[in-house]
Amino acid sequence: MADAPVPPLVRLDRISKHFGEGETRIDALREVSLDVYPGQVVALLGPSGSGKTTLLNVIGCILDPSSGSMELDGVRVLQDGQWLSPNLRQLRLDKIGFIFQFHNLIPFLDATDNVALVLQLAGLDAVAARTRALELLDYLEVGHRRSAMPAKLSGGEAQRVAIARALANKPRIILADEPTAALDSKRAGIVMDLLRKVAVEQEAAIIAVTHDEKIFDRFDRIFSLRDGRLDDGGLTVHR
Amino acid sequence: MNLAYRDIRHGLGRFLLTCVGLGLLLGVVLAMIGIYRGLVVDALTIARAPAVDLWVVEANTRGPFAEASRIPGDIREAVARIADVSAAGSITYQTVETEHGGDKLRLYVIGYELTRPGGPPQIAEGRAIARSHYEMVADTSSGLTLGDRIRLGRHVFTVVGLTRHQVNSGGDPAVYITLPDAQKLQFDLAPPAMRVQLARGTGGSSRDTVNAVIARLHANASADAVAETVHRWKHLSAITQEAQELILTRSLVDRARRQIGLFTSLLLVVSAVIIALIIYTMTMEKLKQIATLKLIGAPDRTIIAMIVQQALALGFIGFAIGATLIFNIKDYFPRRVVLEPDNVMILGLIVFVVCLLSSGLGVRAALRVDPATALGG
Repeated sequence: MADAPVPPLVRLDRISKHFGEGETRIDALREVSLDVYPGQVVALLGPSGSGKTTLLNVIGCILDPSSGSMELDGVRVLQDGQWLSPNLRQLRLDKIGFIFQFHNLIPFLDATDNVALVLQLAGLDAVAARTRALELLDYLEVGHRRSAMPAKLSGGEAQRVAIARALANKPRIILADEPTAALDSKRAGIVMDLLRKVAVEQEAAIIAVTHDEKIFDRFDRIFSLRDGRLDDGGLTVHR
Repeated sequence: MNLAYRDIRHGLGRFLLTCVGLGLLLGVVLAMIGIYRGLVVDALTIARAPAVDLWVVEANTRGPFAEASRIPGDIREAVARIADVSAAGSITYQTVETEHGGDKLRLYVIGYELTRPGGPPQIAEGRAIARSHYEMVADTSSGLTLGDRIRLGRHVFTVVGLTRHQVNSGGDPAVYITLPDAQKLQFDLAPPAMRVQLARGTGGSSRDTVNAVIARLHANASADAVAETVHRWKHLSAITQEAQELILTRSLVDRARRQIGLFTSLLLVVSAVIIALIIYTMTMEKLKQIATLKLIGAPDRTIIAMIVQQALALGFIGFAIGATLIFNIKDYFPRRVVLEPDNVMILGLIVFVVCLLSSGLGVRAALRVDPATALGG
């Protein structure tokens, strides 16, 4: 008997977003459709102003699209430009992990607490949250820096702590905004290998905005955005 | 996980420095409130010291503090004979400038009859005046100590006792001497002037003049009724203790009181603005972190709690520093600083409310932060 087809973790159906009206109208996204499956690491490329970050914000449920529909982890969350979930914050907390260009760790929390914070926000008690945070830091090979404050971490270490934070609630969708922009090529490679490992082992979908050509070979598919339009199908990288 | 505490601990030095700055400001506000209260208390101290019910003064004057008053000393006997009067005493008040230890010293000299109302309310050190002449009880704020000898007019007085907090409305320390000494000091002319007066045939008149006669009444006696009786003697006025205190606070120190009151109000407003500014700035510096918190799913209450708790901690620590500072240095002020628990509590309450309102500004800014600003570097 043939295996049932795996549903996509992220399904975008003709998502559009415009800012302003009339002469000042800017179409940031024009009917973008995209499916991202478990275990896939997807890149969004495009020149400045092409709509990459806008698309990431829509998928991250922090920007209202003008029209279109979206499913996250099999759940329809957007229908014809209207959010179906009344609590987008909880949706983000449960389903989406974020990785930022400059790690965006909370500067007054040490590495462990930066990770544990997300777990406590999800309802775990302090002890359980710290235990899980330490496991994640060890998993990302930065456990030896568990007590370090963000300012004392190297760029690579900080980004690994940020990835640990993004993975804390076991989200199946991880959105990364230029995750390697602040890293040299060696550390950028290490971070991308970690993300690939996470995608495969946790069957997560990773969507990253990047300009970093050095890491293109780490992606399964590369989509290009230009003037708010996504190229058809995306370039499949053969590795 | 208490984010407010973690943030404070991370930038402890800066936070404490801000608290110290705020503490100094609140300390100044407390000091001004204390000076304001002290001015009123000082103004009333001398009037309350004899613990009397009625002040008999020169007709049509509001003496002896607000206006000059001179009446014959024997009025005391007439007042003492009024049915409801239990005790009466003659009293004089005058300001004298003298020298002590090479420094100028302004003293508020009170002359009283040793066995009658008008003397120092209590002796903190030493003893009361026992001899008829040339002994003095001085307030500690004068800098005089027991055994000191000081010249007033043509005579040298020995300090035999010390009082505390006995100053006039201008802050000049009070000294108590016997009525005859005070009368000599106030009314005796220097020998050359006396010779001139004698030559003109105007010398030799009685010097038994006083500034006021004070009276204590029997329990249940009406001060107003006794005052009315005295009014019938056309050459005298009578002021009840209540009216005397009103004259002192509403007339004598009114301008100074209002000036300090207005300045204190302005300081409070300035403090409120500065507190608001500090808390708002503290929040604005964290906007990126707040955006990140919102993006990773922190509920609004977590962010609100962080801002409000920090604002209250800032206000509480600043207030504690300010209050501690002022309570430790208030006795070194040239004028009395009177801080009652209710003053401190009210200011504490004001600081609490200001911090709460100020954090409202920060909370408003924080809640308006778009979580998307955490993305995009």
